[in-house]
Amino acid sequence: VPEWPGHLAGQHVDVRLTAEDGYSTQRSYSIASASDGEIVELTIQRVEDGEVSPYLVDGLALGDAVELRGPVGGWFVWRPKQTEHVLLVAGGSGLVPLMAMIRTRRAVGSLAPFRLIYSVRTPEERLYKPELLQAGPGTDAVLLYTRRVPEGSQRPQRPQRPPGRLDAEDAKEWGWPADFEPTIYICGPTGFVEHAANIFVDLGHDAGRIRTERFGPSGG
Amino acid sequence: MESTTPQDAYQDGNMLAGPLSEIFLAEMTRTVGTCAGCRTSHMLAQLRVYGHAPGFVARCPACGIVNMRLVRGPTDVWLDMTGTLNLRIPMREA
Repeated sequence: VPEWPGHLAGQHVDVRLTAEDGYSTQRSYSIASASDGEIVELTIQRVEDGEVSPYLVDGLALGDAVELRGPVGGWFVWRPKQTEHVLLVAGGSGLVPLMAMIRTRRAVGSLAPFRLIYSVRTPEERLYKPELLQAGPGTDAVLLYTRRVPEGSQRPQRPQRPPGRLDAEDAKEWGWPADFEPTIYICGPTGFVEHAANIFVDLGHDAGRIRTERFGPSGG
Repeated sequence: MESTTPQDAYQDGNMLAGPLSEIFLAEMTRTVGTCAGCRTSHMLAQLRVYGHAPGFVARCPACGIVNMRLVRGPTDVWLDMTGTLNLRIPMREA
């Protein structure tokens, strides 16, 4: 993006598409990359009956121009000057803005202790698989499958648990204790975010330190 | 996650960052508003936003009344703040 001003981890852009007849529609997409010159990386999940994402995934050719507004957002962001413990909680493609935080942390050499709880339906839907396996020192990532765990895997799954929704036991085991006063970032479909935020409040975390971003039913 | 339930039918005020950036100089999602219905205060990022109406309808997460409506026409933007008593707008980054 020419003249891109740089962005904060967690910010998003609005992508606007305009048809030849003038009909126009827009969607918000989180930026996946750490700020790096004029390169901006978006990760877009194709929603089968979506209006915008199928076009962006299948219809867009290399070199096509799209209209962007951004970077925008100033609350669901992680700034390198933050030194407190951080817990990232992702539901599905809600991982994208949290990935920008992990990448930014690594890029600036931050020592803030990070943990990621990534809830995903099936092994096939995992994002950033190789990169997350080596998230780097100080970032612990754990995967929770809600529907199906990998089959025929030689290694035991970590954690060993039947597929299922994030629950309080997972949050206790893989999150930070409330005493550590972590900042908690939760992103995903609206139902997931409400569910997860309630779990952490029930575990004694101050609601004021929980930042949430909901992208609706599917993020279309 | 796979089907649309009423609980899923909204997003949150983070998505208003772009539309509001066309109007306001300050980053508005960190703005704290007081609900005219229940008098609780919430950051704009935490409002429940329904986008399937023409424009955006933002509701109080505590009591559900409409705090803000934002409609963009061809030449003008309409911002209805009837449901908000006041806004506290941070002028410096967090």
